[in-house]
Amino acid sequence: MLENLLQTPYETASIILFGIGFTSLMLQKNMIKKIVGFNMMDSAIYLFLAAKGYIDGRKAPIVVNGVTSVEAYINPIPSGLVLTGIVVSVSVTSLMLALTVRLYRRYHTLDIDEITALARKEEP
Amino acid sequence: MAKLKSNYETSAWARFLRWMKGGGSGLDRSMIRSLGEEALPSQRSESEHLAIERAREEREKQDLERERLIQERLHAWSRSRGSRLVNALYRLSAIVVCIAIIYVLLSSVSELPPFGRAENPVNNEVSARYIEDGLAETGSVNIVGGMILDYRAFDTLGESHVLFVAACAVVLLLRINLDKDGRPTREKLDAEADDRKYEPHNDVILQKISNLIVPCLLLFGIYVVLNGHLSAGGGFSGGAIMGAALILYVNAHGLTKAGQHRLFSYRVYKALTFCALAFYALAKSYSFFMGANHLDSHIPLGTPGRILSAGLILPLNIAVGIVVAWTMYSFYTLFRKGDF
Amino acid sequence: MELLGLLLLAFILICALAVCLTRNLMVSIIILMSQSLAMSVVWILLESPDLAITEAAVGAGVTSLLFFVTLKKIHAIEGENKDGKAEK
Repeated sequence: MLENLLQTPYETASIILFGIGFTSLMLQKNMIKKIVGFNMMDSAIYLFLAAKGYIDGRKAPIVVNGVTSVEAYINPIPSGLVLTGIVVSVSVTSLMLALTVRLYRRYHTLDIDEITALARKEEP
Repeated sequence: MAKLKSNYETSAWARFLRWMKGGGSGLDRSMIRSLGEEALPSQRSESEHLAIERAREEREKQDLERERLIQERLHAWSRSRGSRLVNALYRLSAIVVCIAIIYVLLSSVSELPPFGRAENPVNNEVSARYIEDGLAETGSVNIVGGMILDYRAFDTLGESHVLFVAACAVVLLLRINLDKDGRPTREKLDAEADDRKYEPHNDVILQKISNLIVPCLLLFGIYVVLNGHLSAGGGFSGGAIMGAALILYVNAHGLTKAGQHRLFSYRVYKALTFCALAFYALAKSYSFFMGANHLDSHIPLGTPGRILSAGLILPLNIAVGIVVAWTMYSFYTLFRKGDF
Repeated sequence: MELLGLLLLAFILICALAVCLTRNLMVSIIILMSQSLAMSVVWILLESPDLAITEAAVGAGVTSLLFFVTLKKIHAIEGENKDGKAEK
């Protein structure tokens, strides 16, 4: 398994990054660190997708000198998908940060355990 | 009758149902028991009623005391050893789960074909069609830009709406309104005072440099947006660069000065964002009824390589650029001040 | 070029580990910015210039800026001594 993994370095690195982000999302108690972990998971998936579109020896998909043969350019489709994904990632991050600001204003702490305990105490 | 009722109330099935519904301490049970015991209340005299009443109060107090002792012992255990045990167990199981997920994903990544070969299954006839006929059918030299705004414009419609919905949600969460008669509320004054704590008061270096840089940034952002179909770039990148330029201006000159501009107000933000997004939606929402297929827009394609070419792609790029730039700026100022 | 790609990937992974293990919140956001910058260069090595421009403007620009403004709103900028609750 290890030799196969070394033949696809970008995908392996993206999976390890995904794992680090996921661990950070689950284990950290601070809300900001959780949001950072979520952001890293997003980045890892984009790295994986864009690495699927690369072909050795070919250039970026912008037509030069009217050459439109398939052998001159890389695969353009994963690039388009990741462009959409980056914008969605920034929207979701900003929404999570707005929620964090409101939570802090209400409970004056960033620890998720304390917030849950305080919120449960207030339930009727 | 009373005897049967009390038998049912204290049986195992009734207790299980009560536990499922939640609550139900020993207090409830003792109250039900005491309710079931009074067989014929009208036959007792006044003093007997009082005695029964007092006996019940005594029992209630004892039950409360027992309950409180049990809860205290539970909390003490959970605060000292129990909580540390549960925390350590949680962390250990979280690490084990994460390593298991990484192992499973890596074992399926190792089955992938090698990186960067031309005969990988991902390079099929769809990408061949986009590369070979992209320039002729869409008129744009940038194949990726033409693909996301012409072949797959429906996806970009959804994505612009995601950005718009996020902006609406942030406005809902963070905006502090004026009072009904136009005077700022106490919350708003507090937010402004809190914000002014860290603000650089007329930092000369920042202002001089931003006077030089902001026009160049705005010009570069407009260039990237307008050149989306000719070279790398497009609506999103150009919009993000323009948004960054606006944020730099507001940061250097202070939020009060920016708020006095007629351009940086809430009405302009609403009008611009709505008009740009509505234009995009009107141009491409027929795809809902055509099964995500394509209609001809009858705008001439022109010669590839000039600015006024590629049909509908240039206006769509401009619309997306406006939406993204204003959304980035609105995020920043809503976080800082709570209002425009 | 392959060597540069591998070096950048190693840098990204080390930055990711460093983000999780720092205590100071502001330092971790700055490391996140540098990780975004390295990602932007990786996009160029993978021959996607659109992604490189967008990631540089969005990742190392707007997202990190929003993080800093949030840190300011929750009074966590000074670090250790100011607010014990805001740290991990």
